[in-house]
Amino acid sequence: MQTADQPVCEIGSIRFHWSVTCTAEGAEAPLASRHPAGKVCWRPLGIDFEPVHNMNETATARECVFHADAITKVYQMGEVQVHALRGIDIEFYAGEFIVILGASGSGKSTLLNILGGLDVPTTGRVRFRDQELTGADEDELTWFRRKHVGFIFQFYNLISSLTAQENVALVADIARDPMEPAEALRLVGLHDRRDHYPSQLSGGEQQRVAIARAIGKRPDVLLCDEPTGALDVKTGTVVLDAIDRINRQLGTLTAVITHNATIADMAHRVIVLSDGRIAEIRENRTRKNASELVW
Amino acid sequence: MKALDRMLFADARRMWRQGIAISTLLGCGIAVFVMSGSTMRSLEASRRQYYSQGRFGDVFVSLVRAPNRLANRVEAIPDVQRVQTRIVRDVLLDVPNMVEPASCRLVSIEADPERSMNRVFLRRGRYPKTSGRVEVIASELFAEAHGLVPGDHMDAIMGGRRERLHIVGIGLSPEFVYVVQPGLLVTDDRRYGVMWMPRRQMASAFNMEGAFNDLSVQLRPRASTENVMQRLDALTRPFGGTDSFDREDQQSHRRVADEIHQMSTMAYVTPSIFLAVSAFLFNIVFSRLVHQQKEQIATLRAFGYLPREIGLHYVKLVALLVGVGAVVGLAGGIWLSDWMLDQYARFFRFPTMHRLFSFGSATIAIGSGLVVALLGTYSAIRRATQLVPAEAMRPEAPRDYRGLLSERFGISRWMSPITGMIVRRLETNRRATALSVLGMALGLAVLVLGSFMEDTVDYVIDAEFQRSQRQDVMLTFVEAESASALHDAKHLPGVTAAESFRAVPVRLVSGRKSYRTAIMGLESDPKLFRVLDDQQRPISLPPRGGLTISEKLAEILQTRPGQMLTVEILEGDRMTRQVPVAKVFPNFTEPTVYLNRIELHQLLREGEKLSGVYLSVAPGQIEPMYREIKQTPSVAGVMDKNAAMNNFREMVSESTSVMRTVNAIFATMIAFGVIYNCSMIILAERARDLATLRVMGFTRHEAARVLLGEIAVITLLAIPVGLPFGYGFAYLTTLLLDTETHRFPLIIQPSTYAYSTMVILIASAVSCLYVRRLVNDLEMISVLKVKE
Repeated sequence: MQTADQPVCEIGSIRFHWSVTCTAEGAEAPLASRHPAGKVCWRPLGIDFEPVHNMNETATARECVFHADAITKVYQMGEVQVHALRGIDIEFYAGEFIVILGASGSGKSTLLNILGGLDVPTTGRVRFRDQELTGADEDELTWFRRKHVGFIFQFYNLISSLTAQENVALVADIARDPMEPAEALRLVGLHDRRDHYPSQLSGGEQQRVAIARAIGKRPDVLLCDEPTGALDVKTGTVVLDAIDRINRQLGTLTAVITHNATIADMAHRVIVLSDGRIAEIRENRTRKNASELVW
Repeated sequence: MKALDRMLFADARRMWRQGIAISTLLGCGIAVFVMSGSTMRSLEASRRQYYSQGRFGDVFVSLVRAPNRLANRVEAIPDVQRVQTRIVRDVLLDVPNMVEPASCRLVSIEADPERSMNRVFLRRGRYPKTSGRVEVIASELFAEAHGLVPGDHMDAIMGGRRERLHIVGIGLSPEFVYVVQPGLLVTDDRRYGVMWMPRRQMASAFNMEGAFNDLSVQLRPRASTENVMQRLDALTRPFGGTDSFDREDQQSHRRVADEIHQMSTMAYVTPSIFLAVSAFLFNIVFSRLVHQQKEQIATLRAFGYLPREIGLHYVKLVALLVGVGAVVGLAGGIWLSDWMLDQYARFFRFPTMHRLFSFGSATIAIGSGLVVALLGTYSAIRRATQLVPAEAMRPEAPRDYRGLLSERFGISRWMSPITGMIVRRLETNRRATALSVLGMALGLAVLVLGSFMEDTVDYVIDAEFQRSQRQDVMLTFVEAESASALHDAKHLPGVTAAESFRAVPVRLVSGRKSYRTAIMGLESDPKLFRVLDDQQRPISLPPRGGLTISEKLAEILQTRPGQMLTVEILEGDRMTRQVPVAKVFPNFTEPTVYLNRIELHQLLREGEKLSGVYLSVAPGQIEPMYREIKQTPSVAGVMDKNAAMNNFREMVSESTSVMRTVNAIFATMIAFGVIYNCSMIILAERARDLATLRVMGFTRHEAARVLLGEIAVITLLAIPVGLPFGYGFAYLTTLLLDTETHRFPLIIQPSTYAYSTMVILIASAVSCLYVRRLVNDLEMISVLKVKE
C-alpha cells in the first residue's frame, strides 16, 4: 500500500493537500474524515483531501492537546520505591505524530499511561485541552478514555471470541459518533477479513484490527505502546503504515512508544526519555513513510 | 520441605478463596452425614441404656381382667425372665385453664418402683405414698406442657368418681419415650400424658383388687420371642387378652425406631448433593488450574520431574482442600448433631441423652469426599501428567471460535459484541458451563426439597382434618356402650349431629402376611367421619359390602379388592372370619380398615355396641359441652379435632420451617460456591478482555456485564434443570420417608417452585454483587502488558 501527498493550498495554519491512496485491492479510501478540531472534510473517493498541521509553526499557534507539568510517578514495589518519572514537562499538539524513545524502565509507558488516563501521576499536573486530569477519579478517567483516547498495545489484546468486525463494533457501541466498523477496517485494509476471528488472523492483521478498533470511535489521540514489538519487519511496516495513515488522514494526535529508534524518522517530534526524565526532544524536518524505514 | 511442596502451599494460598468455597461445600456434605451418623448413634445409645436400665419389657399384652396368680403361670413359660402385671387405664383429666378435657394414661406402680420392670425414672420430687390422698408421678413432657411441679394437683374422672390427683414427682419411663394419644398423628403433650399411681389405689378406684389388665414380660437373652408369645396368648386369651406384641409393635418404640430409620435414609440425600456439587467445582477449578500452570508444569518436567511426581503434587492439593473440608465438616457435624439432639429432646425423652460422635460416619464421609474430589479432578490431573514439555511452553494461539452453534444458526448476527462474548465463551466451555448449570440446578433442587414438605403437610392436614373428618369432637368410651349412648351424646349441650362407631382390635391375615390393627365400624354413609377415595369423594360402606382398607395396609398384606382376608378378632370370643376386601383408599397415617358398623356387629355376633361417637357441636357451645363431658364417667378419651389439627400443624410446621431455612442456607451456599468459582474462572480467562474493555473506555459497570451476563445465563439455564431435579428429589424423599405410620403424598405447589426460584435468583444476585467487586479491582495495565 502506498500513499502519495500533493499539497494544494494553505488556510491559516492548515495546509490542505490531495492524497491518493492505493491499496492492493485497488483505489480505496474513507469517504469522510474528521478535522482535528471537529470539522468534517469531504473528499472524492480514492483521493484524500487531508488537513495537516504545519508542524514547523510556533507552538503557541497550535492547539495544545496534552499539557504535562512537572509530573512524577513513584511506584511502591514491595519495600522498594521505583521512581518511574522524575519531573516531566511536555506538551502534545493536535495532529502531531510523536515517537517516544527510551530504554526499558525509562518511564515511557508510565508517561503514556498517565496521558491516556490509565494511571495518575504522583505529583504534577496533566491537562487534556481544558480538562484537568490531575485528581480525576476512576469514573472521570474512564469517560475521558471513552471519549478521547484510542490505545494500541504490543500484544493486540483483541477479544478472541469476537470477529474482527465485532471487535471494532465494541467501541462503536459506547462511542458518541463512531465510524462504521466496516469503514474502520477498510482504513487499515482489512475490510475483506472482517468476519474472521483473531485465531484466523496473522499477528500483523490482528494488530491492524486493534488499530481499527482504536480509531473506530474517532479518538482525539491515539496512544501506541510498542505496536510493532511482537511483529517481524515486514508486518511491522504494514502496521506502522496504517498508524501513519490514520495520523495523516484523520489528523489524530498519535504517540508511539518504541525501542526501535528507526521508527523515530516517521515522527514530527521525537521525545527521548532516560531514567524518568526527558533527555532530548527533536523535530524532524522531513518525515519518512513507514515503507522507507529500514531496520 | 521439598520445593514442590512449597509450591503446593503457594498455590493453595493463591487460590484460598476458591479453595474455601469448595472446601465449605464439601464440608457441608460431610457435616450433614456426620450429624446424621452421630445423632443416630447418640439416640441408639441413649435408647439402649434407657431400655436396659429401665428394664423395658420385650413382650406386652393387654387384657380385660386377669387374676394376679396368672403371673406365676406366665413366669413358668420357658425363656421368661421377669413378669410385671399392672393396671392401665385411660382417664379424663380436668386441667385448670383448659376448656377441653385432657386425657391421660394411668399406669400402676409397685411399692418399689426402682426395681420393677418398665421402671419410672424420677426426674423431680418423690415416689407416691400408697396411703392417704392419691399421689401420682406425672410424665415429664406433660408436666412441662402445663408447667406442673410437685405439689400441684388436678382432677380426674376415675371409675365414675371425680378424684383429686396430687403430683409428687415428675418422671420418665422407657415405655413412653414418645407418647401419642391413640388416634392422633403426632404427640400433643398438653392433651395427653402419662401418670403413675400406686397400684393399691388404682385397684380400688377401678375395682381391680387382686387383678390386672396389663402384662409385660422380659425375656432371657437369645429367647425365641415367637414361642413365648404363642404360649402367652394361650394363657391370656381366657382373660380377654388381645394378642401379645413385641417391641416392634410397641407404639413408643416403633415411633423412635421410625425416626432413626428416617434419619438414616435422609442422611444420604443432602450429602450426596453437596458431594456432587463439590465434584463439579473440583473439576472446573482444577481444569483451569492445570491449564494456567501449563508452563510451570512443562518447566518442572524439563527439569526432570516425573509425571507421577507432578500428579502427586496435584493430588496433595486436592487432599489439602478435602482436609479443610473435613475439619469444617467435623466441626459442623458435631455442632449440628448437638442441635439435632436438642430438637429431639422435645419429643423423645431419655433420662440421659448421650452425645456421641460417630467415627464410622466421619470416616465414610471424609473418604467419600476424597474419592469424589479425586474423581472430579481426575481428568485435569491426568492432563497434567501427560503434558509434553516442548508443546506446553509454546505460547498459545488465540482460541478458535469457528463453527459454533450460535454461528451456524446465524444467531450471532443479531447479537451485540458483548452478548457474542458471553454466548461464545459459554458455548466453547460447554463442559464447565454444563457443570456450573448442574451445580446451580442442584442448589435449586435442594430448595424444592426443603420446601415441598410444607405443601405435603398442608395437603395431609386438608385431606385428614378438613375433608375427611368433619366432626368437632370424638369421644371414646371406657367400655363399649349400648345404642342409647348415641342418644345421650346427641343430647349433650350444643351437639348438632352425632355419629357412632365401633372399634375392635383384630389381626388381619392374607396368606403369610398379617397385620394387627383395629376395624372401625362406621355408618353406611358417614357424614361426620368420612372415608375418601383418591378423588377425595366419600366412599360409602354398605352392609355386606366388605372391608375398605388403606393403601398401606393393602401393600402390607399384599391384597387387593375382591380378595378375601382372614379377620381374627382379638377380643370377646376371639372368632375368626373371612371377609372380602371391597375398596382400597389412600391415606397418610397408620394403616386403617373400615367396615359397615352393622356388618361389624354381625361379625362379632353382638347387638348394637358403640366404642365412641363423633360429634358436631354448634359454634360457641363447645365449652358447656366439655363441662358436661368432664362429669361423664363413661368417657375415656376426648379428641378435639381443631386442637389436634392445630397441634399437628404447629408441630410439623415448626420442623418443616427449620428444614426450609436450613435448606435455603445450604442452597445459597451452593449457589454462591458455584457462582464464585465460575466467576473466578471467567475472570481468569477474561482478565485480558475485561481490561481491554476498561482501557477502551467501558465503565466498570459495562465491563462487568460480560461476567454478570455469563452468570445470568448459567442461573437462568439452571432453573428449568433444577426444578425437575427438585421434583425427583422430593419424590425420592417421599419414598424414603414411607414408613408404616406415615406416608407422604408428593404434593408440590407452584408457589414452592416460585419460592425456590426466587431464592436461587436472590442468591445469584447477591453473589454477583460480590463478584462485581472483582472487576472493580482489576489491574488494567499489568494484565495487558503480558503475553497470554
